[in-house]
Amino acid sequence: MEERLLSIENLEVSFHTYAGEIHAVRGVSFHVDKGETLAIVGESGCGKSVSMQTIMGLLPSPPAFIKNGRILYKQEDILKKTDREMEHYRGNEFAMIFQDSMTSLNPTMRVGKQMCEGITKHQKQSRKQAREIAVEMLKNVGLPNPEQVYCRYPHTLSGGQRQRVMIAMAIACKPGILFADEPTTALDVTMQAQILDLMNHLKKQTESSIVLVTHDLGVVARMADRIAVMYAGQIVESGTARQIFYEPKHPYTWGLLGAMPDTDKQRGSELYSIPGTPPDLFAPPEGCAFAARCEYCMQACRKEDPPETKAAQGHMARCWLLDERAISVEPPEGVIPKPLAATDEMVQEGCG
Amino acid sequence: MSDHILEVSSLKKYFRTGRKSILKAVDDVSFQIKRGETLGLVGESGCGKTTVGRTLVRIYEPDAGTILFDGQDISKMNKKESREMTRRMQMIFQDPYASLNAFYTIGEIIGEGLDIHHLCRNKKEREDRIVELLDMVGLHQDHRNRFPHEFSGGQRQRVGIARALALNPKFIVCDEAISALDVSIQAQVINLLMRFQQDLDLTYLFIAHDLSMVRHISTRTAVMYVGTIVESGETQELYNNPLHPYTQGLLSAVPVANPDYERGHERILMEGEVPSPINPGPGCRFAGRCRFAEERCRMELPMLKDVGAGHMVACHSV
Repeated sequence: MEERLLSIENLEVSFHTYAGEIHAVRGVSFHVDKGETLAIVGESGCGKSVSMQTIMGLLPSPPAFIKNGRILYKQEDILKKTDREMEHYRGNEFAMIFQDSMTSLNPTMRVGKQMCEGITKHQKQSRKQAREIAVEMLKNVGLPNPEQVYCRYPHTLSGGQRQRVMIAMAIACKPGILFADEPTTALDVTMQAQILDLMNHLKKQTESSIVLVTHDLGVVARMADRIAVMYAGQIVESGTARQIFYEPKHPYTWGLLGAMPDTDKQRGSELYSIPGTPPDLFAPPEGCAFAARCEYCMQACRKEDPPETKAAQGHMARCWLLDERAISVEPPEGVIPKPLAATDEMVQEGCG
Repeated sequence: MSDHILEVSSLKKYFRTGRKSILKAVDDVSFQIKRGETLGLVGESGCGKTTVGRTLVRIYEPDAGTILFDGQDISKMNKKESREMTRRMQMIFQDPYASLNAFYTIGEIIGEGLDIHHLCRNKKEREDRIVELLDMVGLHQDHRNRFPHEFSGGQRQRVGIARALALNPKFIVCDEAISALDVSIQAQVINLLMRFQQDLDLTYLFIAHDLSMVRHISTRTAVMYVGTIVESGETQELYNNPLHPYTQGLLSAVPVANPDYERGHERILMEGEVPSPINPGPGCRFAGRCRFAEERCRMELPMLKDVGAGHMVACHSV
């Protein structure tokens, strides 16, 4: 039995604005086991970053407020913790890597000082020991001359180097879960490959879990053990990486997969695309949020929100098509990537 | 008329960054684009691909080299001549938030080019043309009285496309036209661009860092590295049989949306970072990161040479 590290139950988060209430997260449940990588996929505005920031306790309230739900970390509900107690979790248990390394590092502080701040606070180390740990971490993330980087200001480093500094900072206190919010979106592909490899390497070394938020399905395929697909504040489908890529059930997942140009697809052929844009979360539509863009939309879809339906062991989708009364629909051709012949090794690794 | 709509030879664009430092953004770049095809220009940020695009439409003045557009050298044109040229050559920009004037309505943005080039005889004709363009890119005609901030990123990019199409151009430079958009919106815009290419007989220079999208849309592809083209060829050939060590590394780094493939294949990891284009040394720009670098690579800049069927590579070891 895998060890359940974090479980989110029916989380609802809203923002109060002058224009009204925005329902950013509408009943999200997922869990993270020890040592696994969970990828949360979705387009901008689907609530993936907000869910993550709620877990970290980083959302300013007001305007944000948590309407409902529980967040259990090692069986304790962290939503009930005071700000003081949360400080223990942030950094020690949860750490976060942000998308934009330029704005998330303090530009007026040297890299080393920023790193030591967290280390002295969370690990009760002296300043000298903290410095040693910081330099060690900078070395671990593959920065050449860690001593030099320690004394530099963020703006003198390149984007890839800054992202490494952020990872070093995040893992300095050996967190249980590393949250990565679009960690490589601002980077070039070659730098992205280096950073992803580094994250995988560190995950193995420290046995921590990773929650990866991204919209790039290629990155997801490379990193994730399990995947949750989010749309308009809800998780519409979740399952293992192989289930989501090779046996997707939700039309939105089909659309996401189809929108990716692929080596199998004919050059210049029309890409499968989802018409329209995501719904306005000021007033989420009645029924399924995806109904307006879905080509398989039925009457039931506009009336009632589809329940979570189990498709296979560990594979869930919110879609009326999975209801036994619905007609069976096959995903459009060319959308699903072809699985390669799985070797025994891969099955044992848990991808099977 | 020649087969090529655009012929660029030995194009150079330098920026002076200090008393003794020169940033060689584009250093001796040559390529041709055939009528009706799409040339994909790929490379990492800072490699000079955007500068190439901007120099072609004369946002930047080239420092050296010739740009033949429809047989005319546009690099030495005066203002009046180049105005006529810009009518046939348009650009779609990367950032749909920064490239639309926030004080203009959508109708004014699209109509500005029509006014400058006196393409409409009267007000009615102008209005009709704007409605027609909005319709072509999938926007509603009522949108013409709205301002850019009222639109989503995908819709703004459609406005950018309508603006580019307004003057009936023959050639469009798409500078990272889809990289700021969400995946499902990217597919919509790409489909739109491909359809216009067919219907309006357009030629594209498609500048992007998303290699899988470039593979999908381009007839031919050129790979840039620190101001120079290191490899170019038919898209299929280049992607299936990359010869330059940089292209090999770049292609191998692209994540593919297929978990079995991702876990199964070995990646060629390129260590280090892209060197600075300020005062580059004499040798191959890639020598510092190349697995096969020899003495010669550090001393002598390799020239593009044809290895068959229009596949060009600039590497000493090929």
